[in-house]
Amino acid sequence: MGRPFLEVRQITKRFPGVVALSGVDLQVNPGEVVALIGENGAGKSTLMKILAGVQAADEGDLLVEGEPIRFSCVQDAQKAGIALIHQELNLADNLTVAANMFLGREPGKFGWIDQGLIEREATRVLEMVGLEVSHDTLLSELTLGKQQLVEIAKALSTEAKVIIMDEPTSSLSLSESERLFEVIRDLRKKGVSVIYISHRLGEVKELADRVVVFRDGENAGTLERNEVDHDAMVRMMVGRDISQFYQRTEHELGEVALSVRGLRTVEHPSNELGFEVRAGEVVGVAGLVGAGRSEMLAALFGAQPALGGEVSVGGQSGLPRSPREALGRGLALVPEDRKGQGLILDMAVKENMSLASLRRDAKGPFLNVAKEEELVSEMTSALSVKTPGSWQWARFLSGGNQQKIVLAKWLALKPKVLLLDEPTRGIDIGAKEEIYLLMEKFAREGMAVLFVSSEMEEIMGMADRTLVMHEGRITGELAREDFSEEAIMELATGGKMNKAE
Amino acid sequence: MKKIKGILITLVVIYVATAILGENFLGGYNQGKLLERTGLYGLLGIGVAFVIITGGIDLSIGSVVCLVGCGVPWLVMKQNWSPGSAVMMAIVVSMCIGLWHGLLITKLKLQPFVVTLCSLLIYRGATRGLAEDQSQGFGGEYEAFRTWGTEAVAVTDKFGIPYPFVILIVVAAVAWVFLNKTIWGRYLFALGNNEEAARLSGINTDRMVILSYVICSMLAALGGLLFILNGNSAQPSDFGNFYELYAIAAAVLGGCSLRGGEGTIVGVVIGTAVMQLLKNMINLVDWLKSHMEFLIVGVVLLVAVIADELIKRRKGTERKGSWFFFFET
Repeated sequence: MGRPFLEVRQITKRFPGVVALSGVDLQVNPGEVVALIGENGAGKSTLMKILAGVQAADEGDLLVEGEPIRFSCVQDAQKAGIALIHQELNLADNLTVAANMFLGREPGKFGWIDQGLIEREATRVLEMVGLEVSHDTLLSELTLGKQQLVEIAKALSTEAKVIIMDEPTSSLSLSESERLFEVIRDLRKKGVSVIYISHRLGEVKELADRVVVFRDGENAGTLERNEVDHDAMVRMMVGRDISQFYQRTEHELGEVALSVRGLRTVEHPSNELGFEVRAGEVVGVAGLVGAGRSEMLAALFGAQPALGGEVSVGGQSGLPRSPREALGRGLALVPEDRKGQGLILDMAVKENMSLASLRRDAKGPFLNVAKEEELVSEMTSALSVKTPGSWQWARFLSGGNQQKIVLAKWLALKPKVLLLDEPTRGIDIGAKEEIYLLMEKFAREGMAVLFVSSEMEEIMGMADRTLVMHEGRITGELAREDFSEEAIMELATGGKMNKAE
Repeated sequence: MKKIKGILITLVVIYVATAILGENFLGGYNQGKLLERTGLYGLLGIGVAFVIITGGIDLSIGSVVCLVGCGVPWLVMKQNWSPGSAVMMAIVVSMCIGLWHGLLITKLKLQPFVVTLCSLLIYRGATRGLAEDQSQGFGGEYEAFRTWGTEAVAVTDKFGIPYPFVILIVVAAVAWVFLNKTIWGRYLFALGNNEEAARLSGINTDRMVILSYVICSMLAALGGLLFILNGNSAQPSDFGNFYELYAIAAAVLGGCSLRGGEGTIVGVVIGTAVMQLLKNMINLVDWLKSHMEFLIVGVVLLVAVIADELIKRRKGTERKGSWFFFFET
């Protein structure tokens, strides 16, 4: 092929406390599907935001058809023919499908919208992505998977030359995913390039003309079509053999630490969830976005109290009605949204670490400063938290260290059951490995660990056993020896039922 | 305690300027009056600081001042209650008011601004109805009771420390200990910064928020009581008007952020002193006219907030680099 349509040269991007990208390169030829893979926090999403004009790079060049270009806003990128489909949907629930597709670039004159044109265009593009809904359907009436397809249709309707898809299948059913792959192949034929970001290596292998691997904000390597295979991709992503990255040891399991029966969450009131986790066991929860995994953890922890069911922890049963009650029983939750739910960003590392155990250590109503200092220095060294001092605000620490602070907060209470929601989202690979080692250590010391993850490798690497959820139900359970990406995906997308549709 | 900067410098500058430009500023009577005013308004400022630290706001303070300031003499003079029972009544009513605000805000999830805006209207309206819009006061009676608002601890024969200021110092000390030395204080700062994270750490955030509104209303009631004991005359239609804004302004000057999670008691006390000093300056300096008060106070407050923001930005990632925050824990 001739000149690449899009070229990224030596792009660097820094955030407070972390270098997200350092001198990365990427080339995209016309009509090529480039898969971009890497662990959480490898810098994929940051690069995509730079390409789409959401953020500006600190250093480096961007070339479109050989010409250097700078995007100062999303519209600039759109004009240059680059469209980004976000992992999180950026759609307005209260507008129709057509209105969403043309939001911010409505055709028409003098503030008057050419409704007819919008509707014709919307209908045409919806057909292209195989979404059988009318253009005037309200977005709120669609399932998450269908909303994702609307997002894709929106990108197509901009006549983009390069479409960036950030984990497009994370909320799609199997049949919807299949449909998406056809759309992508169609686009390729028409000369449109696709940058495809995914954690699902099976999909990557099926779709990609070329695979670019990022690790820790740097290029870790490129695999051509004929070199793409699962082990090679994983090796490049983690920088060594996978068995060294996810270190699990055999150890005896204890008694049942957490037993859940008939749990009904607010989001899926008609489904009952039931399972057990034994002391020393690490259980993964896999599923698509929106499968109800986080909601299940929130219900177990009393953060969003369940409608019914029974949760037994260490002999005590009943439903926790508040986090306070749950932690009194020995449950702890590391939430998915670290900055929004896990940390008090503008408080000291010290104050964050002691927040949950303050009451226990208090002398009457008074703070026990000596005890607090002791706890903080113990935790800081036990989890090797890197901070200039315990007075530093949590905001200024890297993602990995922030996550360790959240862990420290709970470890201070010595929980029996540790619930983790996407424990390694947005943290660098070194810190990830440390988090995995800690999970292993906790289990070895007899804690029951239940973790939700959207990263296939993480589930398969860390879990002794995996529960797979689909639309609010547990559709299956896999023992470690039965783990495979295919088996998990089949259960996560509703399995055979879904195929029959 | 460290970093006595920002607002303390402001205080000193205005103090010196007024001493030079004004007449009789340094006289014992004027100095005593300044302390007295600071004491009265400072109580309201400390109260609202608790609410502001949780990320809330209380606009009803002036009306609570009015309710108590008119209600207590009304009970004593018109209903023949003893001063003691009237004060008890004020305590109970203000506690209920705070509880009510807190419940509406936490359990019904109403916005603090809206809840307390309605309260601002309701309590003033209720007071005017109760007092039939007549001025309330103790006349020449109950001298002993009134000394709480009028007397001073004599220092020299011309200057004494007024009781209201002594009360402020006691309240400020208790509030300081509460905020900095107890787990509840830590919880308030935590939930003001991030309520969800605080709740998920096992803190009963609703209870803490309700508590802060109760503290705020009770201190407003204490302020209202001292105001009427001091002034001995309260017109239901304007007694306490705008006092909530003075209290909020003092809290902001003193380093409270309306986003929540920030604030110091000593800052609020000094913020109140700066506000009172400005008023005093306007009175004493010839070429400053009294109708310029709002203009001057408004400009000073705005300059302070802008300076604070700019300095915060320049300091970038350095923590707590603010002018108007000092006296950290």
